[in-house]
Order: sequence, then structure tokens, then C-alpha cells
Amino acid sequence: MTSFADLSPKDRTFMEQYPYRRSRWSEMAELRKPLGLARGALVTTAALHLPDQPPFDETVRGGDWSYREIPGDVEVARLRTSHRSKSFDRSGIEKDPNVAFPLDRLRELSVQGVLGVPLDRHFSFMGSITAPGSLIKETAPEVARKLREDGADWVLLSPV
Amino acid sequence: MCHQTVGLVQGFIETEGIPTVSIALLKEVAIRVASPRTLWVPYPLGYPFGEPSRPQLQGRIILSALALLAQRSPEPILVDLAA
Repeated sequence: MTSFADLSPKDRTFMEQYPYRRSRWSEMAELRKPLGLARGALVTTAALHLPDQPPFDETVRGGDWSYREIPGDVEVARLRTSHRSKSFDRSGIEKDPNVAFPLDRLRELSVQGVLGVPLDRHFSFMGSITAPGSLIKETAPEVARKLREDGADWVLLSPV
Repeated sequence: MCHQTVGLVQGFIETEGIPTVSIALLKEVAIRVASPRTLWVPYPLGYPFGEPSRPQLQGRIILSALALLAQRSPEPILVDLAA
């Protein structure tokens, strides 16, 4: 279990005082299919990318708001993280990226008939964005549109 | 900060008409970000799906999160996996 009390004094002060932006939504969408038929996608903020994709840029002031498309046929073990945050332990992700991007599990659950086939692309951001203006104006709505175009029935998101 | 990024992206996806659920590691931040549906898990930062190389645990967390997709509410839904 993690709470502010578990963080370093510097991280704790920042996290307690930061003016968080609220998630913007007005009405919850409806799941229109049984999960066994529904096709979903993952969105991670673990800054995961393929070895041949550019890493996230840790020098961008306010945080790199770009994203990487992760193909649905990716070999999960090949994913790398270029997350700039020093606030979390990345050894788990380096050992098994499924701990932040569990596409192998979605595939297994699909074979078992519990979930539909995962979508053909998923998305990765680097979460440490302290100035999210460009994320809000540009990349977050862009990824949302792409997921609608892909016919996503649901989306599972995860921080690190 | 990861939780804020998740919440902002999640809001746009939900607004496109796609039901969403997110994992949270820091409950204090999840409450402030107020995503539509959130499953709070008892794991450290960096470990949203539990532990590496524990496929059954990872699968259970996924299914616990996706179970929230059936719920709709005018208010954010925040559920504790450990409850």
C-alpha cells in the first residue's frame, strides 16, 4: 500500500501541495457488450516504448506530453521504459513489463474467452507531466479519438 | 504525477463514449483527480498490476478493474481492491 506518508519528504511535500487537475468528463459511458466479446486497449503512463521508437524526452520542461503507439502484436518483454521520475522503483517493470502493461494477460484472458481480442494498438505516455496544457489540448484528445476510431469497447489505464 | 496524466487522458476517452477504468496506487491523488472509475490497489509506485512474473495476480487485478465497467454513476467510482 502506498500513501503520501510512504514518499520521500521532498516528493511528499510536492505531491501534497500540487494543484491537481481533475479528470474532465460529464457522463460515464456505457459498456455495450459482454466482456467476453468486448475488445479493449491499454493506456500506460510508464513511458514504455519499443527499442526502435524514440525514448521519451526527459529534458522537456513541464514534462514530455508525447505518446507512443504500442502495436497489438508486440512482444511485451521487448518494451523498455524511459520514465524520468526517480520516485518509483522500475526494477519490476524491467523484469516484467506486464506489471505496468499487462498485454500478455489480456491475450490469455482472450484465449480463455473471458475477454474479447485485445485491440491492434495501445498507447504509452510518460506520466510525470507537471504542466499538462499540451497534453490536454493535443495528445490526450488525439489518443481518445484514435481509440474511438479503433472501435475500443473499453480502455484500462494505469499509472506507475 | 502519473495519476493526473491517467485521469486527464481517461476523461477524454470517456467523453468519446468509451467506458474506462484506471488503476490507482496513491488514493490521495486518485480522490483529487476524480477519474470516472478507479480501482485502488495496495502496491508500491511502479507496480500497478501487483508483482512481476505473477500472471495470476496480474489477471485478478485486471478482472477486478474491468468489473467496474458495468457501473455508471454521476460521481467518480473509487473502489479498494483490498476491501
